[in-house]
Amino acid sequence: MNRSPYITNAPSVSSIMLKVLLALLPGIFVYAWLYGGGILITLVLATATALATEAIMLKLRRRPVQPFLSDYSAVITAWLLALAIPPLAPWWLIVVGVAFAIIIAKQLYGGLGYNPFNPAMVGYAVLLISFPVIMTKWPAALSFAETKLSFMDQFNYIFSHALPANISMDAVTSATPLDYLKTQLKLNQSMDTIQVAPIFGVFGAKGSEFVALAYLAGGAFLWQQRIITWHLPTAFLGAIAAMAGLFWMIDPSQFANPVFHLFSGASIFAAFFILTDPISGPTTPKGKLYFAAGAGVITYLVRVYGGYPDGVAFAVIFMNICVPLIDMYTQPRVFGHKK
Amino acid sequence: MNAPINIAGLLKKTKDVFNFHGGVHLPEHKAQSNQLPIGQLPLPDQLVLPLRQHIGNMPKVKVAVGDHVLKGQLIAEAEGSVSAAIHAPTSGTIAAIADAVLPHPSGLPDRCITITPDGNDTWIERHPQDWRKGDVNTLVNSLRLSGIVGLGGAAFPTQIKLRSNRSPIHTLVINAAECEPYITCDDMLMRERYDQVVHGIEVAQRLLGAKNIMIGIEDNKPEAVKAMQAAVENTDIQVKVVPTVYPSGDARRLVYLVLGKEVPQNKRSTEFGVQVFNVATVLALYRYFEFGEPAISRIVSMTGNVNQAQNFEVLFGTPLRHLVKAAGGAKADTSHYIMGGPMMGFNLPSEDVPITKAANCIIAASSTLFEPPPPAMPCIRCSRCADACPVSLQPQELYWFAKSDNFEKAQDYNLFDCIECGACSYVCPSDIPLVQYYRYAKSEVIALDKAQEAADLARERNEFRLARIEREKQERTAKHAARAQGAKAAKVAGNSDSKPAATDKQAAIAAAIARAKAQKETDSAAPKNTTEMSAATKAEIAETDSRRVAAGLTEEKSPAADNDKQAKIVAAIARAKAQKEDVSKVSVSGDDKTTKPVVDADRQAKIDAAIKQAKVAKAEAGKEKTSGNNDGQLMVDADKQAKIDAAIKRAKAAKSAALTAKNKEDN
Ligand code: SF4
Ligand code: SF4
Repeated sequence: MNRSPYITNAPSVSSIMLKVLLALLPGIFVYAWLYGGGILITLVLATATALATEAIMLKLRRRPVQPFLSDYSAVITAWLLALAIPPLAPWWLIVVGVAFAIIIAKQLYGGLGYNPFNPAMVGYAVLLISFPVIMTKWPAALSFAETKLSFMDQFNYIFSHALPANISMDAVTSATPLDYLKTQLKLNQSMDTIQVAPIFGVFGAKGSEFVALAYLAGGAFLWQQRIITWHLPTAFLGAIAAMAGLFWMIDPSQFANPVFHLFSGASIFAAFFILTDPISGPTTPKGKLYFAAGAGVITYLVRVYGGYPDGVAFAVIFMNICVPLIDMYTQPRVFGHKK
Repeated sequence: MNAPINIAGLLKKTKDVFNFHGGVHLPEHKAQSNQLPIGQLPLPDQLVLPLRQHIGNMPKVKVAVGDHVLKGQLIAEAEGSVSAAIHAPTSGTIAAIADAVLPHPSGLPDRCITITPDGNDTWIERHPQDWRKGDVNTLVNSLRLSGIVGLGGAAFPTQIKLRSNRSPIHTLVINAAECEPYITCDDMLMRERYDQVVHGIEVAQRLLGAKNIMIGIEDNKPEAVKAMQAAVENTDIQVKVVPTVYPSGDARRLVYLVLGKEVPQNKRSTEFGVQVFNVATVLALYRYFEFGEPAISRIVSMTGNVNQAQNFEVLFGTPLRHLVKAAGGAKADTSHYIMGGPMMGFNLPSEDVPITKAANCIIAASSTLFEPPPPAMPCIRCSRCADACPVSLQPQELYWFAKSDNFEKAQDYNLFDCIECGACSYVCPSDIPLVQYYRYAKSEVIALDKAQEAADLARERNEFRLARIEREKQERTAKHAARAQGAKAAKVAGNSDSKPAATDKQAAIAAAIARAKAQKETDSAAPKNTTEMSAATKAEIAETDSRRVAAGLTEEKSPAADNDKQAKIVAAIARAKAQKEDVSKVSVSGDDKTTKPVVDADRQAKIDAAIKQAKVAKAEAGKEKTSGNNDGQLMVDADKQAKIDAAIKRAKAAKSAALTAKNKEDN
């Protein structure tokens, strides 16, 4: 008999997820503008793969397909992964990555709400480990590159790995600044000489720093819409800045400054879109701080000492493992309980 | 993630109120019912007065069918320490004393006195008392005859909160927050009867000896605030305007809002000198002392899907139908009625239920007014619920544990601190009926605890039995030995060397006697304790079981009932039945024992409730028996068989309902 409360006022799961997609649009727009329309192809491929695998898996698991497809969570995974991999990656790379993320990292764990790991990051890590060469080859931002690829060129490259006759792959791709930094430091170059390389922009990597700014705007929208709280992005970026600042102060010739770290790699993107995945993240306010700070520290350490140029994926996956513990030890004090 | 709250709340900190964590802003719907003044109802054709309109014991009926009673005449008197009297709301004839449907979440019928009004509305002789000068103890004691209970909805007998054996009270908080949507009865009361409210507060102040008085009103009632502010001038009552955040009207939350003090868990605010009264309750106190009027009516908001929502002064026992008519009738698409607010209220079983002391608001509901919730999605751990929880619980964890029947963990996460306010469900994007999971988990924990207690008891008893058998055997052997030895000793004494043997024998006998005595003592004392304890325990078991049965009956969404549970329920029913006799026996003997220390009031109340509910359950089982198809196989214990069958049926129904609910959720 007692069915109260009779009223609710909550955005639906779909509308929350849709807003996340919406918040990604400025970033995607700047991305496409700087790197060419190829990313749109990747996004479409990723979305189609995600919806298809999700539908098949739901069918196999005998779950209703329609409500779970329309919650858009699979699309988010697809977009996040698509935005995380290099834009000129061959078509099968994104298909494999997304399929892995949806099938293994999400559906086999029980689907929406049950995945302990961030599916997009699992997909990313698998791709990075399996195809390290492709995964670290980023095209230079088109607007700044000498050789330009048209949308059709990109389309052809993605699907048939063919470039126009007069263009070689090396002409369009370059190491990312994080990558470059690492190799150059190994060659005993100092920061001063490294940072004048053309791939460095105003405060991060040339080109991608603007994408990061657009992500920042999207993140601000999510915060304003109360989809995310300040805890995760602040703690994550704060930890990266603190680590970078510390090392930089100790030896500015060997370590890049904090601003560079904030605007390079996936820092901003991860802060607002990857760490904020509620399902695989902690739920308590304090837990969010620990989780994100931990991820920030690991990210920095992988960047500086690890074998991969960026460490967001590994940091997030590692911290995902810690979530149950974090939640357990960060329970807020219950009203009327001892302080 | 950000509950839709904090920022506004933080800004208000300057207003010398203390904001609690969480809470939600609800659409108010209050303007609907507070436009018209408090209305009066014509006398209905019949008044149906449930004997139990309050928390505690059922009062004792003092009239018989056919008696003529006057308005305000005591027709049932308080029984036991926690109980409240019932008075005739108008003059008329007692038409019936029988079971009828009650406005209660259980939906179970209970004993009611039906009065047919004679239309004269003749008062009995009233005895006003001088509450300003009279002896406080006499005044408080006289409240036992007043029938006044907390009118905020809890319906706890007010006299108990005023008794002198409580801890000294320095602060009196008057709860006029009225935080649930739709409800405006306290709002209108303060607007129209502010002077009586102030007198009422003065009565409570005098009786409690409180120095510090504050009245907490949400800032969405500017008229009431204004009226009260004007009325308290020249008194030492402070009007505290608290922000409109649900559930500010929860006593603990309100005490925190106005005093900044957290009432510790498992404690009452009175332990640190704070007492909370609802605003309508103090007004009732005033009317009782000033005019000698007992509790015979209250103000009820009749709102929602009716043509002319309004507050009415309603005589207790007035059928809901009568009230609905006064509010212009219900609109065509009205599906049912809710008693209380939309956050914590419950469905009424029919339009025939009477208005009781706990009825602050009746909402006519329709599917457009309260849309049925969409199927639940999985929890996405967004923690909106945690941000909204006024107790700072982690509803998403509680949900997880309740769902997986991990009750121990749920208790670790403070399940029993949950006040079932519904704020978490309100904000959940996955539309999970969180509170229903908590209700289920709580009832399950209580049931398991009781079952455990009962099992312990049974084991203990068995151990006693075995011990006694063993002891009797030993005693027999000892006796044999003693006798044999005695004989031997006599023989020996008959010979020459008697002394050592005699000592030996005497020692053995003495030891045996001592042992026997000691054992006799434990034998006579311990089992008695056990039986006494078991009375309460069994009663509670019976209560829980019947409650669970009721839950199984009514909660289609109950996530309960897998096979395991079905078995448990069957077992529980059987047990309850088996123990029912004991319960009544022991409770009778308990009454006889005048030396028995006063049973804790709450407990006594529980036992009573249990006995009653067990009876109801029995009646119900009886009903099912006749409708069931197993009339033929009524064997030794027909009643029991019927019950078990009924329970199985119900459990099955519950199971399939649970499955549907689960499927729905999985969708
Ligand atoms: S129970 Fe609902 S509100 Fe709470 S975390 Fe889960 S989805 Fe969010
Ligand atoms: S119902 Fe319980 S868990 Fe939910 S918000 Fe209220 S107190 Fe917290």
